[in-house]
Amino acid sequence: MSKSSTHGSIMGRWLAPMLATALLPIASSALADEELVVYSSRKEQLIKPLFDAFEKAHGIHVSYQTGKEGPLIERLKQEKTKTPADLLMLVDAGNLWYAGTQGILEQTHSPVLNNQIPAQYRDPDGRWFGLSVRARTIVYSTDRVKPEALSTYADLADPKWKGRLCLRTSKKIYNKSLVASMIHHHGESGAEKIVRGWVDNLAVKPFAKDSHLIKAIEAGACDVGIVNTYYFGRAESSNPDIPVALFWPDQSGNGVHVNISGAGITQHAPHKENAFKLLNWLAGAESQKILGSMNKEYPVRGDIPWDPQVASWGRFVADPMNLAETGKRQAAAVKLMQRARYK
Amino acid sequence: MFKETSLLHLTTYLLAIVVALPFLVILLSWGDINQEIWAHLLDYLFLDLLTNTLWLIIGVGSGVLILGTTLAWLTTMCDFPGRSIFDWALMLPFAIPAYVLAFVMLDLFSYGGSFYQAIDIFFGGMIAPPDIQSTAGVITVFVLVFYPYVYMLARTAFISQGNRLLEAGQSLGLTPLQAFLRIALPMARPAIAAGVALALMETLADFGAVSIFNYDTFTLAIYTSWDDFRSLSTAAQLSSLLLLFALMALFGERAMRGQSKYHQTSGRAPYRFQLTGWRGWGTTIAISLVLFFSFITPVVQLLIWGAEVVQQELNSRYFEMLYHTLILGGSAALLAVLGAFALAMARRKREDWKIEWVGRLITLGYALPGSVLAVGIMIIFAKVGLAWSSIVEWLGGEATSIMMQSVAALLFAYLVRFLTVAHGPVESSLEQIKPSMEEAARSLGESNGGVIRRIYLPILTPGILMALLMVMIDVMKELPATYLLRPYGWDTFAVRTYEMASEGMWEHAALPALSLVLVGLLPVILLVRRSR
Repeated sequence: MSKSSTHGSIMGRWLAPMLATALLPIASSALADEELVVYSSRKEQLIKPLFDAFEKAHGIHVSYQTGKEGPLIERLKQEKTKTPADLLMLVDAGNLWYAGTQGILEQTHSPVLNNQIPAQYRDPDGRWFGLSVRARTIVYSTDRVKPEALSTYADLADPKWKGRLCLRTSKKIYNKSLVASMIHHHGESGAEKIVRGWVDNLAVKPFAKDSHLIKAIEAGACDVGIVNTYYFGRAESSNPDIPVALFWPDQSGNGVHVNISGAGITQHAPHKENAFKLLNWLAGAESQKILGSMNKEYPVRGDIPWDPQVASWGRFVADPMNLAETGKRQAAAVKLMQRARYK
Repeated sequence: MFKETSLLHLTTYLLAIVVALPFLVILLSWGDINQEIWAHLLDYLFLDLLTNTLWLIIGVGSGVLILGTTLAWLTTMCDFPGRSIFDWALMLPFAIPAYVLAFVMLDLFSYGGSFYQAIDIFFGGMIAPPDIQSTAGVITVFVLVFYPYVYMLARTAFISQGNRLLEAGQSLGLTPLQAFLRIALPMARPAIAAGVALALMETLADFGAVSIFNYDTFTLAIYTSWDDFRSLSTAAQLSSLLLLFALMALFGERAMRGQSKYHQTSGRAPYRFQLTGWRGWGTTIAISLVLFFSFITPVVQLLIWGAEVVQQELNSRYFEMLYHTLILGGSAALLAVLGAFALAMARRKREDWKIEWVGRLITLGYALPGSVLAVGIMIIFAKVGLAWSSIVEWLGGEATSIMMQSVAALLFAYLVRFLTVAHGPVESSLEQIKPSMEEAARSLGESNGGVIRRIYLPILTPGILMALLMVMIDVMKELPATYLLRPYGWDTFAVRTYEMASEGMWEHAALPALSLVLVGLLPVILLVRRSR
């Protein structure tokens, strides 16, 4: 850029100080004195309270970087042995399963963790552990739908729901995992038949967000839909008289589709001991309570009481399949949904 | 005046290498083709992607062309109630990021939203609320946020044209409309073409707005194929196809721009056509509507949301984000303008096909989706980093961890992406300097410094300011590359806005989004004051 110095009379005064400030962080090794670094696809407001509580309890400061799953996993792969990250926190079992296959997570053998976390919510090889559980279930309009009319996810493909169903976009990973679990239970052609039925029944185009879907039911654009319970929790908090309610499907069959957010220690973690401490603490009673109530999710441990609002939705039978299975079938689920023209 | 032409060329080639590196990484991806994924893409997705992307190009292209040029003509060459306010106010939507307008509009027009309910109450039964989640809805949002590119460039062109020629035209009996179509428009063609090309490439690279609308375009497919099939190489292959569309926009610009160069200067205050009576007020109302939807609506909605949380959110972290946003925007803008200036000078000094191609290459950088660009840069930094640490270790030293997510990587990305934004205004202001001016000055014995000070600087300053402003705002709004490459703790307003909005926490997204708008307004105000 030397040539431009002919123009330096204007730029020179500004450029040097600005660039100097901007480039400073490159020169200083910003990570050298970190005690514990977490890469997280769980959003900041959902992890910071936990890390603050952990620091209070153990005196270990947690630094974190949030981002999307794909790029975070890619970053760990590229960084290899030079990674600053000790723990990888991800949302959705499919993402955790994929991270587990990429050689970036270490196998952790902890009898304590294995005892606390039900087997269906952790990697059989110990690379990742579920920390909170979310249920993806049916919502319906209490004005226009009698709960007796509802039964299973598959039933929403029945022509009686024509023009009455709302769905979120198939691009959202929660739906990929849901359909992956349907492939597991119904086989690929069975699942495709159901998804095609859903698409035929759609009242409006798929939404980008569960919260829009709930609003659409409220506004009368459709009568039933499928959402994660905590989105309903937020809608219910802002309007306790909302004419929408949750329904637990498949109670005599495969159970409600559940998913997890979880974490695993990285293969080349510079602070392995601290990462192990944090992982154990996250599975502990104190943080499990925070995890359950903060986002209206369910604690992964069965012995932790639920948040009162969450408890008001009632108990349900959850799908007992190991969540690693949904990961394996996610690519097939994506293709299936695209074949069925579920956008 | 610049004797060191070779140094100028060296700088230009250096820029070319910087911009070309991520492209190379992306093109190399074709070495690893996943046939199964491609068969599926071709069978089920490709046609949709193609038609959707084409619709966007046609709709947004003609939309910004008509809206931006008309508005610029009206505010510079006509007089009507409120003109002096609209003159600068119409630049304001430039400060609104596309994804912010998208999430505000979606919320207002979708079920239960305020506009949806208002239409239902006032026109219930007569007209249905518009389906915002449609092709027309997406195009409208893009036109409303990207028309300022055309407006600002066309406005500058109309002002610097002066109106001697228009007066001549009028004295020969042309109406204002004829004068516009037959004199002003052809003269402003290079500027307008540059504006449309920028708006189109911004549209092609957009990820936030199309994902909020769930509208399948190439950019969204690039991201989802990474997400769905875990195949970075397929994503890279799709992005190289996206570049074909960018090329289309680019050739379109060249065609529109034409071969001729216009050199016209006039220091006279422009004479304006008087729009009186219903014409004047009609214009005022029409322009007010544009401003209402593109600026007032999102700002008011953000204010309403933001007011609920302002006390809890306005803490030291907030000011940290402000600092990061400003410093990144400022440094990237300076870098890009310096680069653009070198390139424009090189092109001016010598008509050379190599330099021409460098110019085209850097324009392509703008169409590279931020997320793909970021991945390209991550791969480059990782390779360089590993090579570096093995050299250091071989020499017996201890390698520190290489930071792929550094400010350097970010500035690298911004330079690749926004060099062309700076290049447009810098080049078109350089084109206003007639070679004869410099020759005349020299024949009168003016020195090098004198030529720069008395000819180049006065004519270039508006263009350079414009370039700085546009790059700075663009960088501050930029989301995907910033999100992926930012180093520890370098959260910006854009990142925060996205994180909150993607969780549907509009109230928390509002304050950083609003700040982004306000910060973006500062340079707009500066420009408005300078341009008078």
